[in-house]
Amino acid sequence: MKKQEPVIDRSNSVISIRGLVKSFGDLHVLRGVDLDLYKGENLVVLGKSGTGKSVLIKIISGLLKPDTGLVNVLGQEVSKLKPRDLDQLRLKIGFSFQNSALYDSMTIRKNLEFPLVRNRRDMTRAEVDRMVEIVLDAVGLSQTINQMPSELSGGQRKRIGIARTLILQPEIMLYDEPTAGLDPITCIDINNLINEVQSRFHTSSIIITHDLTCAKDVGDRVVMLLDGQFQRQGTFDEVFNTQDERVRLFHDYNFID
Amino acid sequence: MKFHNDEDKPVRRPRAQAFSSRLSRIFTELYNIAAFIGRFFKEVFLPPYEFKEIIRQCFEIGVKSLPLISLTGFIIGIVFMNQSRPSLAEFGATSWLPSLVSLAIVRALAPLVTALIGAGRIGSMIGAELGSMKVTEQIEAMEVSATNPFKFLVVSRVLATTFMIPALMMYTMLVALLGAFLNVNANEGTSFTTYFTQVFDAITFLDIFSSVIKSALFGFTIGVVGCYKGYHSSKGTEGVGKAANSSVVTAMFLVFIEELLSLQVITALRYL
Repeated sequence: MKKQEPVIDRSNSVISIRGLVKSFGDLHVLRGVDLDLYKGENLVVLGKSGTGKSVLIKIISGLLKPDTGLVNVLGQEVSKLKPRDLDQLRLKIGFSFQNSALYDSMTIRKNLEFPLVRNRRDMTRAEVDRMVEIVLDAVGLSQTINQMPSELSGGQRKRIGIARTLILQPEIMLYDEPTAGLDPITCIDINNLINEVQSRFHTSSIIITHDLTCAKDVGDRVVMLLDGQFQRQGTFDEVFNTQDERVRLFHDYNFID
Repeated sequence: MKFHNDEDKPVRRPRAQAFSSRLSRIFTELYNIAAFIGRFFKEVFLPPYEFKEIIRQCFEIGVKSLPLISLTGFIIGIVFMNQSRPSLAEFGATSWLPSLVSLAIVRALAPLVTALIGAGRIGSMIGAELGSMKVTEQIEAMEVSATNPFKFLVVSRVLATTFMIPALMMYTMLVALLGAFLNVNANEGTSFTTYFTQVFDAITFLDIFSSVIKSALFGFTIGVVGCYKGYHSSKGTEGVGKAANSSVVTAMFLVFIEELLSLQVITALRYL
């Protein structure tokens, strides 16, 4: 499916990161990262495993605290927010986890309802059911509503994970390795879904991946994380049009055009 | 080919250094557990209150333990009555069997057996469940959905174990006394009324009250240990197994320590 031309407002930065540093003991993961995510944009963060890509989005969502640096999300400084304000901000951020992180003990319906029931207490039962139907329809899995997560395939679990984040109608989507562990056909389905979410729900997204097909298919802009800093950024072709050995290696070993 | 030489030998840390690092780990763990309990008492009084989840957990922990508790309690009543008979028979005092067995059941057996079964069944269940949620990022998913996972998962489970272990203990007490009655009725022909009159003559309010309080403490311990081990389990499936296993071992160990300490306190109260 061809990606629709996105409407990106480059004067409006929904996430702005300056001088972000994060270490775990002696392991210096992020060493002064600067980043902007513009409204309506799909930004792909590429990098090898263990380079701190997931750490970056966990800091954005407030799951981890930075050592130093500024992380501004929708005009609010994440590390300075009180727990209640951070929860309010989190309602505007959808986080799709690498392993989907569906609640094993709940049916798909309960999984999808969970964020709504807990945060939109003013909604009626009928409104909740309607929202569940809408997001399940958006990911094309309406028939799974009464199934348990263990009954679904990896690709279906990913889709339900995305549906659960969409139910709160977030402004920002954070995808952690959305195509990891999936077969090539299912990867294409997930890439199409990410593009559909962008056009249908008008979200701005950060997609963490080391899958170059995913980066090419969904990214409006690609940045490459090397040695704890963003070394390259631009369109997919701009990023890989370089003589930098590390970038070339990443391309040659991972991507068959 | 490379041969072993002095450089290949593993570097052995001096014993003192290894001991101090172990000691430091123990104190760090104790500090973390204290902080975990402190956080529980802070969160338990703050809204929103997770009533639905507490009731669901009470069902999981309490009602689903009934078959196992019933069987164990019943057998313990029969066995303890049977084993006590020869000693009393030597003095021709088998008529004291109901009093002796009821005191043993109410004061020690029912609370201890319920707590040990609870540590095994409930402690491992909580440890494994939270451990697996931690490993598969379900706890983080809850956090990014603007839900406090500590309150939703930990506070509800600890409250449920604290309420349900005393309730299960009372049930075990009843079932064990019933098992003991069937045994004494079959052997000595003691009637139901005579048996329970002797039982209630022997036990006091302090016996039951102290057992309930003790069981609440056991329940709290089982809940906190299971949640702590699961909530802090390391990554990977191995971590889930370890969390479940150490939940059971630690909870059982602490239950015995608490039993010993509470025995001293209750004995002192009895002779006040």
